[in-house]
Amino acid sequence: MAAHLSSGRVNLTALREAGRRELREFLDKCAGSKAIVWDEYLTGPFGLIAQYSLLKEHEVEKMFTLKPGRLPQADVKNVIFFVRPRLELMDIITDNVLREDRGRSPQRDFHILFVPRRSLLCEQWLKEQGVLGSFIHREQYSLDLIPFDGDLLSMESESTFKECYLESDQTSLYHAAKGLMTLQALYGTIPQIFGKGECARHVANMMIRMKREFPGSQNSIFPVFDTLLLLDRNVDLLTPLATQLTYEGLIDEIYGIQNTYVKLPPEKFAPKKQGEGGKDLPTEPKKLQLNSAEELYAEIRDKNFNAVGSVLSKKAKIISAAFEERHHAKTVGEIKQFVSQLPHMQAARSSLANHTSIAELIKDITTSEDFFDNLTVEQEFMSGIDTDKVNNYIEDCIAQKHPLIKILRLVCLQSVCNSGLKQKVLDHYKREILQTYGYEHILTLNNLEKAGLLKPQTGGRNNYPTIRKTLRLWMDDVNEQNPNDISYVYSGYAPLSVRLAQLLARPGWRSIEEVLKMLPGPHFEERQQLPAGLQKKRQHGENRVTLVFFLGGVTYAEIAALRFLSQMEDGGTEYVIATTKLINGTSWIKSLMEKLEPAPF
Amino acid sequence: MSRARADEEEYWHSSKFRAFTFDDEEDELSQLKESKRAVNSLRDIVDDDDDDLERVSWSGEPVGSISWSIKETASSSTSSLEGRDSSLQKGSSSYAAFPKQVSSYSLSSLFKGRNKLPSFQSLSDALSDTGVKNYAPELRRPKAEYKDYSSDWSPKDTVRRMQRGKVCSLERFRSLQDKLVLLDEAVARHDGNVITAVLIFLKRTLRREILFRELEVRQVALCHLIHFLKETGEQKLLLDLLRFLDRTEEVALSQYREHLNIQDVEKRREFLKGCIGLPFSAEDTSHIQDHYTLLERQIIIEANDRHLETAGQSEIFRKYPRKASILNMPLVTTLFYSCFYHYTEAEGTFSSPTNLKKTFKIPDKQYVLTALAARAKLRAWDDVDALFTTKNWLGYTKKKAPIGFHRVVEILQRNNAPVQVLQEYVRLVEDVETRLNLATKYKCHDVVIETYRDLKDRIQLTAYKCKVERGSAEEEKINSILNN
Repeated sequence: MAAHLSSGRVNLTALREAGRRELREFLDKCAGSKAIVWDEYLTGPFGLIAQYSLLKEHEVEKMFTLKPGRLPQADVKNVIFFVRPRLELMDIITDNVLREDRGRSPQRDFHILFVPRRSLLCEQWLKEQGVLGSFIHREQYSLDLIPFDGDLLSMESESTFKECYLESDQTSLYHAAKGLMTLQALYGTIPQIFGKGECARHVANMMIRMKREFPGSQNSIFPVFDTLLLLDRNVDLLTPLATQLTYEGLIDEIYGIQNTYVKLPPEKFAPKKQGEGGKDLPTEPKKLQLNSAEELYAEIRDKNFNAVGSVLSKKAKIISAAFEERHHAKTVGEIKQFVSQLPHMQAARSSLANHTSIAELIKDITTSEDFFDNLTVEQEFMSGIDTDKVNNYIEDCIAQKHPLIKILRLVCLQSVCNSGLKQKVLDHYKREILQTYGYEHILTLNNLEKAGLLKPQTGGRNNYPTIRKTLRLWMDDVNEQNPNDISYVYSGYAPLSVRLAQLLARPGWRSIEEVLKMLPGPHFEERQQLPAGLQKKRQHGENRVTLVFFLGGVTYAEIAALRFLSQMEDGGTEYVIATTKLINGTSWIKSLMEKLEPAPF
Repeated sequence: MSRARADEEEYWHSSKFRAFTFDDEEDELSQLKESKRAVNSLRDIVDDDDDDLERVSWSGEPVGSISWSIKETASSSTSSLEGRDSSLQKGSSSYAAFPKQVSSYSLSSLFKGRNKLPSFQSLSDALSDTGVKNYAPELRRPKAEYKDYSSDWSPKDTVRRMQRGKVCSLERFRSLQDKLVLLDEAVARHDGNVITAVLIFLKRTLRREILFRELEVRQVALCHLIHFLKETGEQKLLLDLLRFLDRTEEVALSQYREHLNIQDVEKRREFLKGCIGLPFSAEDTSHIQDHYTLLERQIIIEANDRHLETAGQSEIFRKYPRKASILNMPLVTTLFYSCFYHYTEAEGTFSSPTNLKKTFKIPDKQYVLTALAARAKLRAWDDVDALFTTKNWLGYTKKKAPIGFHRVVEILQRNNAPVQVLQEYVRLVEDVETRLNLATKYKCHDVVIETYRDLKDRIQLTAYKCKVERGSAEEEKINSILNN
């Protein structure tokens, strides 16, 4: 079930196991049969930890989605709410509890499991509604870092960026620090901590403080990680705004990957069996899980999309040849061998079929004129061309009322690549956007300004060219098929965040002091003492392991770039990636937009 | 700023900028096709019986996953077991095997809002509802003991205990000094949960001025309080706080945000009127003013048009009934509406396009684009013509388009303009290559022929002969040019 988690340098199965243990312990606290009422958002992340079978073993008989009204009739002893600590959810729970039929017997016991943390504010809220007393167990399940893949962890906390940079609420940084403490408890103390940005500084401080306060936590595990690199998302606002051009990145840009699952239009996946005609064309989206457990996907996910076609065609030839073998199988032994390989071959074939279909879907989009035009403008901005005037393409898109998020992505990209827009240019865009999409979006524009994504240029200085040149963010001769640099993930642009990680490993940040000063927030280094017996003596040729933690989100293209560095011959460093949330430009901007409909409750 | 098409091409081919294209278009395509073919042919060899291999429902949820099970266990209480079991036994990836349950637990149903609930309620529910609040707290005494309070934890210990999820009584922190120490201790730990809990306590036990004053020098705590007040909707206290802090622009925006919660348009308009005087930045002030003026206009237009429509006297409304009200629509949408229904009105009326253009200082480009789209939709080609005709002082007419005629052609084409209309504008496209492209694409033969004639390109002209109908006027025209 979770074999892919142990495939990497660090065996993340242990983390998953710890999560399962905690869940079982909680379930056993509520003795007897149970129904779980789910905050829908949580089912995805929980699915990565446990299956229904685990819950069933612990007497979970029914599961429902949280919604207002009367709870479904279910003859169970316990009703447990699995929820994020949010006030609007507390209102629904209140409604559920108040509508519970008090005449029923036997009565059902209520419990709440807060994920990832119990919230005093929520409990206060429930108290004010007069229902707090109805809950027997109120506990927390600290699902801080969820293993997504052999080298990837995410907190799946969608609002961290907004909370940190817009509302100065650092609660999720506290969770990040807690998650890192859990990780250290399992994988040993990380001797070296580097960081860049305000939030990174906070997290490092909290970690050091937590360690000091729980001296008992000094563990005797041999450290698996050599280095922790904490990076603020606002150090690199540029990267998520650009369109990702890796296979996985494009799947996410176009269809959105949620908790390793993607939903795709069903037409291309219709089973083509004879005699069925077109009578039962599926209408429900096709849902696929995407992770390294699938051999083919692991091979192509991080490639530039332009290099995917040739791999698929090569695979097709190999599989065809393998199936042809059956004609040559003459002896019983040969036939037996062929048959024994069949399941594997069939799995490979269905995997190839799926990815060929996905590649076709994506290709339809990447070859469209609008995709091309959009990308052209992005690349102009990133390479520093015409960033200081009103862009024609953006104006055209506004006039044709393209989706607002697309416009905002482009305008923000221009602003970031110009260290802020000239006041006149900014005002022009603002006016056009408000007139076309509605004045109420003034609130969203304000949020973007606060987050530093869209701003007037101050002091008339544009630092971006210096940063671009020093960090080599724009590479002219990019090789998409056989890349030799991380810039292949954006067909020319090398993600700033990953460049920082790369330069830290070699030759060290001292070489780029000047540029680091231009980027927001402090940069720092901390060391955590290890007991004498645990200090590592590196074998010759053994790679270092660095955990890169993106505070505020990371894109699939950045992950691809780090994996590329891990695989480089004599790169010397392997990377494990952690983040508060897997994002792309669209989901990121969306999280910063003002919700314009009144709250549903 | 716009590069001519030819330059652009050259730019892309010669320059260092690589756009995202498939270098080898044909090859790439055929590669995908190839793997597709292989996959399909293999399907014939081995019949698709991997159904037994992966137990995955069509929607892709692995059977047994949590989200699958929610539907599963939930449906068992609503839908019949039969269909479900058979699908389970097959456990197949065939979509048809799964009964399409109208799951009452979809996300959308989740967020439809409370106001819809009463309809499902039985009368007795509705009646008892008011009494519930008082009754519920005593419903059941909590069995779990959570009030673990010993009375003299230090601030530090208290915060620590709270961090571990234990509820402590804060009441014993009576003096201002004690309360502030408690707050500082919470802040030092960056745990928003605890900070907020302490703030709730302070908010309840401190006088407002004192609370504000102390928070002013405690920025982190202050941010948390602001966030908390936003979250819980304590608008009045929030505004008082922001005012105290002199964060005037935030006050203004926060107040303006409130209009989104006002459904009644008259009330919303009144509210927006009140927003105009708020201390926004200069640029924003004009936007807010415009927002108010726009809604004011929309209310007047809406009232008039609704009347016109129901009276049934006006032809345009009879022919093209309105699909939605114009209230709360963006400015450009409103302009489109007015170009559609009120194009010929004198500038004096509120609903006339020219009036809107003037009032909101809509740029020429934007205006022309919108008017063009609206008139083209109505197939009012004369209006389209007039839109681009200018007279100079000698009385000569000239065609001019602030958006470029290639854009005009595109918009007309999207609205299915006839070739006669289309070619008139294709002819006006200045760049020769663009003109040829558009003319060829939309079969404006005359324009193609004339352009080749002007270019004196015999070869192309001869080649074009096979694109026009045999014996048509166009063919004759080509022949006569070639013969001269």
